[in-house]
Amino acid sequence: MPINVFIIIRKSQGSRVVVSARSFADLTPQASFDIKRCDLHRLDEGPSVQTVLTREDGLRYYRTMQTVRRMELKADQLYKQKIIRGFCHLYDGQEACAVGIEAGINPTDHLITAYRVHGYTYTRGVSVKEILAELTGRKGGIAKGKGGSMHMYAKNFYGGNGIVGAQVPLGAGVALACQYQAKNEVCVTLYGDGAANQGQIFEAFNMAALWKLPCIFICENNKYGMGTSVERASASTDYYKRGDYIPGLRVDGMDVLSVREATRFAADYCRYGKGPILMELQTYRYHGHSMSDPGVSYRTRDEIQEVRGKSDPITMLKDRMISNNMASLEEIKDIDAEIRKEIEEAAQFATSDPEPPLEDLCNHIFFNDTPFEVRGTSPWVKLKSIS
Amino acid sequence: MAYLRSILRSGKNAVPAVLRREFHRTLPAAVQVTVRDAIKEALDEELERDERVFLLGEEVALFEGAYKVTRGLWKKYGDKRIIDTPITEIGFTGIAVGAAMAGLRPVVEYMSFNFSMQSVDHIINSAAKTYYMSGGLQPVSIVFRGPNGAAPGVAAQHAQCFAAWYGHVPGLKVVSPWSAEDAKGLLKSAIRDDNPVVFLENEIMYSVPFEMSEESQSKDFLIPIGKAKIERKGNHVTLVSHSHVVSRCMDAAAVLAKDGIECEVINLRTIRPMDMEAIETSVMKTKHLITVEGGWPQFGVGGEILARIMEGPGFSYLNAPAVRVTGVDIPMPYAKHLEENTLPQIKDIVFSVKKTLNV
Repeated sequence: MPINVFIIIRKSQGSRVVVSARSFADLTPQASFDIKRCDLHRLDEGPSVQTVLTREDGLRYYRTMQTVRRMELKADQLYKQKIIRGFCHLYDGQEACAVGIEAGINPTDHLITAYRVHGYTYTRGVSVKEILAELTGRKGGIAKGKGGSMHMYAKNFYGGNGIVGAQVPLGAGVALACQYQAKNEVCVTLYGDGAANQGQIFEAFNMAALWKLPCIFICENNKYGMGTSVERASASTDYYKRGDYIPGLRVDGMDVLSVREATRFAADYCRYGKGPILMELQTYRYHGHSMSDPGVSYRTRDEIQEVRGKSDPITMLKDRMISNNMASLEEIKDIDAEIRKEIEEAAQFATSDPEPPLEDLCNHIFFNDTPFEVRGTSPWVKLKSIS
Repeated sequence: MAYLRSILRSGKNAVPAVLRREFHRTLPAAVQVTVRDAIKEALDEELERDERVFLLGEEVALFEGAYKVTRGLWKKYGDKRIIDTPITEIGFTGIAVGAAMAGLRPVVEYMSFNFSMQSVDHIINSAAKTYYMSGGLQPVSIVFRGPNGAAPGVAAQHAQCFAAWYGHVPGLKVVSPWSAEDAKGLLKSAIRDDNPVVFLENEIMYSVPFEMSEESQSKDFLIPIGKAKIERKGNHVTLVSHSHVVSRCMDAAAVLAKDGIECEVINLRTIRPMDMEAIETSVMKTKHLITVEGGWPQFGVGGEILARIMEGPGFSYLNAPAVRVTGVDIPMPYAKHLEENTLPQIKDIVFSVKKTLNV
């Protein structure tokens, strides 16, 4: 029985017209999609080349990716207004990675990444409000304003790490804890093409393989480590093979469904004791390395435009859903409008919430400890630290 | 001989123990334990007490520890709790910190703290700073332990003291035990502490036996981090020291006592947070202060103590400038005679005391 949904549209003169929108029962509940075959390293079989997407999942992925996109663009705006300071590494263009990965794992699994972290902070459950307020350094920020862009944490989410490459052994350590506690959980450990040459990553690969840690190493290859292209940084740019004895797959990181399938495959591999696995996600960032990098001294505007035009992850998903009758344009517009509102409200909060009070300066040095005195800038200034 | 040494070291505690032994032969009140065995006891007891505690490091399992500190632990607890790592300090330190973030309680062994330089990014940036940067969301309960400072004949790359380096960092606790009781009580406290603790042992002390009181033999014996101990009371001069150099201070004090000079020897036990109250109370009594350490002079532990004395109530009690006795400002040489003259010797401490007291 078709259900009619009525949308009230306010016309410019103020009068209102009631229009009957397309009923949702006309839309396809799910469809099967072809996805690119992954390049494999030391694997006989890879993820399936076909995947089923439900309408519900599709809309959720769309909403999440669009939220991340809009949040990052809002951060760009706030940075240019000097309300956000210091480092700000934006994720727009790479949304399919964060959203696809989250779709392929459970909330009880674990994740750690480097400094391009706002997208993952959102997919791991922190609100846009708390993310933006952390960027603006307010007490309502997820780290109470004490961490900033690169140091955001949540349950089963370990940041947010400012030292390139350091997060990889940390992630292998989280995986060790998963194995130790025998809860069938995995840890997704992300790093970029720039970090991929770090020695400590190979040390982590060695121990993860030796001890069969349930660690999914993921290289987000966005082609540039700051201003250095992959060809100028790496003797081998086959990042999915760089784990050597660790099996690997190279995935289209602009397609959220490919990322989801590959992550599901990798999580299955890891979860039941086969040891670590490596994924390379080929992706792209629209912004420069950070807000202080216009991003055009080492790549052409044409290249950026081409990716935007042909491979934008959000557009790709939207087009797929609409052309397969899985969503209506009005629905998408509604979602966009809701997101715009959410971001605006979050930005409002992030600009009006007060900064953390000076009394908070020395707190959170130690956990579960008695309060102690901290020396201030001179011997007469005695400050207090509470856990 | 060891018995005599232990009496000199533990002062008056040894005497009642001797008397007690004669009356209660079946159950000696105090026992002789080497620092090495005290550390092992602490590890064993904490491994037994808390499932989340585990050890990792080079040669800690099968080899039973490069210095045999972890002897027997792998046989008792197995592969899961005692993990041999490849020679990859930055990698296994990062892994340990990650495991701590996810709720376990690792104890990382460095075969020498000189090797920890490769891992220092994780100790400081991944461990020490994280609770603060996360606004209190992410604690890191971890202990980094191993031999620090001088060891006989190991030469420059293996003999550096890191007390000042780690003592510099907010977010870390830094402990430097001297005696067997120190080692046991402080290591247990360090493992139970929910924060990153750097535990600086010393190879020279590993084989030295000390009398362990009955109290210290209990499985719940803890020494609080951040409290110094007065190893020897005296009225004329305060000697503040840590780690193996405390032994030299005690020996120097015995020599000076023959000349009627009574030294008060303070064993710091903890470098960070430092027990300035104990030092100041002593200085107010003796009016003379000398810090004694094995590490280099520039930006060292002694430098910090002297600066704080200048800035605090102790300054107005001083009858002479406070001075530091330190290692010589050079990389550690190999030849025995050169090596001996690079660390503060008993005669250097005696000389400095007499200069300070102007006798």
